[in-house]
Amino acid sequence: MATKLKEVDVVIVGLGWTGGIMAKELAEAGLKVVALERGAMRTPANDYALPGIRDELRYAIRKDLMMNTARDTLTVRNNPTQEALPMRRLGSFLPGEVVGGAAVHWSGHTWRWTDMELKVRSMYEARYGKKFIPDDMTIQDWGISYAELEPYYDRFEYVAAVSGKAGNLDGRIQAGGNPFEAPRKRDYPLPPLNQVLSGVMFTEAAKNAGYHPFPRPTANASQPYTNPDGAKYGACQYCGYCQQFGCEANAKGSPHVAVIPFALASPNFELRTHSWVNKVLKDSDGKRVTGVTYTNVLNGEEFEQPANLVLLCAYALNNVHLLLLSGIGQPYDPNTQQGVVGKNYCYQTGVGATLFFEGRHFNPFMAGGGTNVTFDDFNVNWDFDRGPHGFVGAYNVSAAHNTGAPIAYRPLPAGTPQWGTAWKEARVKWYQGAMGIGASGSVMANRTNWLDLDPTYRNAFGHPLLRMTFDYKANEQKLGQHAAKVVNDLARAMKPTHLNEAKARASWTVVPYQSTHNTGGAIMGTTPRDSVVNRYLQSWDCHNLFVLGACAFPHNSSYNPTGPVGALTYWALDAIKSKYLKNPGQLVHA
Amino acid sequence: MTETFGRRDFLKTAVVGGAAAAATGIQEAQAQQPAAAAAPPAAAPAAAPPATYEFLNLEEAAFVEALVDHMVPADHLSPKGTDLGVNVYIDRALAGAWGKGDRLYLQGPWKRGVPNQGYQLPLTPAELYRAGIAATNAHCRKTFGKPFDQLDAAQREQVLVGLSTGKITFDDGLPARTFWGTVYQTVQEGMFADPIHGGNRNKAGWKMLGFPGAIAVNREHIVQYRDKPFPHEPVSIADMS
Repeated sequence: MATKLKEVDVVIVGLGWTGGIMAKELAEAGLKVVALERGAMRTPANDYALPGIRDELRYAIRKDLMMNTARDTLTVRNNPTQEALPMRRLGSFLPGEVVGGAAVHWSGHTWRWTDMELKVRSMYEARYGKKFIPDDMTIQDWGISYAELEPYYDRFEYVAAVSGKAGNLDGRIQAGGNPFEAPRKRDYPLPPLNQVLSGVMFTEAAKNAGYHPFPRPTANASQPYTNPDGAKYGACQYCGYCQQFGCEANAKGSPHVAVIPFALASPNFELRTHSWVNKVLKDSDGKRVTGVTYTNVLNGEEFEQPANLVLLCAYALNNVHLLLLSGIGQPYDPNTQQGVVGKNYCYQTGVGATLFFEGRHFNPFMAGGGTNVTFDDFNVNWDFDRGPHGFVGAYNVSAAHNTGAPIAYRPLPAGTPQWGTAWKEARVKWYQGAMGIGASGSVMANRTNWLDLDPTYRNAFGHPLLRMTFDYKANEQKLGQHAAKVVNDLARAMKPTHLNEAKARASWTVVPYQSTHNTGGAIMGTTPRDSVVNRYLQSWDCHNLFVLGACAFPHNSSYNPTGPVGALTYWALDAIKSKYLKNPGQLVHA
Repeated sequence: MTETFGRRDFLKTAVVGGAAAAATGIQEAQAQQPAAAAAPPAAAPAAAPPATYEFLNLEEAAFVEALVDHMVPADHLSPKGTDLGVNVYIDRALAGAWGKGDRLYLQGPWKRGVPNQGYQLPLTPAELYRAGIAATNAHCRKTFGKPFDQLDAAQREQVLVGLSTGKITFDDGLPARTFWGTVYQTVQEGMFADPIHGGNRNKAGWKMLGFPGAIAVNREHIVQYRDKPFPHEPVSIADMS
């Protein structure tokens, strides 16, 4: 029997970027806020400090900061004819499991998704006609515009210490930035990071090919920085231990630097770590939620935490899992296409080529998480005509080194011996002499890609695992083939000694690591029929429940998701503070 | 442990070229063939302490020592695998939390699944290693009449090629390539992980690559050394502690 605790104003499930922002702002606004975080407290001074943080085996290989799949995981399959089996250890994506969440170990890439995503269906239909979008492609407009989100993107970029170069200031194209980006009111808070050799070479080759390369915007502070709230960042040290590691220099835009310390300083805020939320509780009328139940994983004790407002701020997949376990919203059924919870799960696709240059010194170990150069000529460039290629969506192309950590970083020309002296010679030669060019591609929603509860496998708390049914469809395969050709043509133009060519992905596999960019399942939209949450990320079913994060995205773009995750959080926060708290109820009447 | 393990010198007389990765579709020019047999060792290895083991039994220790010395021969680039401590790394990894299945979801039912679904065996890494060594030695006894560690270099090469390409299948049903994948990854870890984990002795794996290790800052280096060699002795976590 769960011990019932005293009611609070707000309970937050998960303390990463979305939970951290909400915790800070709502506690400072005077509300009593409790955050429940499944992981432990970790601090830069104590846990991400030199020299222990420079341990590739512990962090990048054994994944010390990430979700423990022995306790809870999900089952995976490519299509409904298969039996889903557990993801028994981490691979394709890496959710976090400490205070700060996955934003402790992310790289920092921060993009503004444009109306090409937010109005995806209407823009493609207007240009190409309804028939261009396949029947099984369940994409929809998001119910929000770029113009509405612009101030919130701006706010997040300044909070998270994003380094970059504007390409479009209020419609005026800026040299050195991304000419295809949507107009912004002001530049990034910090100038771009220094480039590594691979970025310099890629920039030249891309320009020669007629593309428009620019330094990737990233939440790695290129200089010491104090954000508008007073959080202090150090400067990026290009240490080569960014993704999968915490930052000892406090140079990475992470919630445990930017927002959580302010929440912890507020007398209105309480953090409970090691707290595993099992269920969101519905009121008897089904129109409100009353709080959550959770387990203290240190002793197994169960609690009920009543709250006036419940904010689901866990990882995208975990938010969807909680909704399904709690019976909130109608689960999506791909056969009838009825229901919404679990609908439009998306991932990303991509291709990569490895180029080998005799005699070059790339020094791959000198790099930041975002020392990339990118071009968007096939991405947010609406002049790129998808018509002849027959796909919906986009990809961005980039090159860089981000790490040379040598257990995982082992570029070798295809056909190289795998052991022995010849292997060692190749390992030495190409450790310094290789670079990659990659393309990251969007994935459009499809009626047979979704999330639901697994009928067989359970987590350590006795609850069904989340089940993921996902594969790339013809649309993504065509996009991947187009991207592979662009990447390979560019790579050949750079005249490498050897080239491992890029190839389109045919099918999704749970190994190896690809990206922690899982989206959808609790999508936003304009009606309860086609979405779980409204444009303010408020549940259509229970008005005092908000579901934050990338689970709200109705499809996935080629960009990393954290930019709109942060912007939508500030957008929802504004709606909560300025509208909801004054007059609790549905903010949108469908 | 006794002196009989890890003291085998097959590699002094054998040319070990390694096997070409057969699974890749692209017919690239192969990396240069080794001139290694005649070359002097990169450095006289510091006298390695006799290996002692937490997990491996005698037969397993012999197997692992022979394996890592075959895969990582002494040559102009590095000392051999046992002198790098790769065997010690593997033993400690198998004896520790990872080997015992830390973070591994180990609930049934157990189905084979498809490769896209990843690892699906009901075994911890230590159990997989143990079963894989036994199965590989059973294969070696059947094929050559003796266990892996008593094979000559050409026979060892044949076995590793068989494991890595899937030509060898185990009679007891253990998937050989899953075993191989774990073996291969742990050899990489034993060569290139920080020395606190028991391998990469004297940072020889890092020195071989030119990897500077646990270096604190590169802020001043990134432009200064762009496309230039970075002359930096590697530093380990212990060096900085």
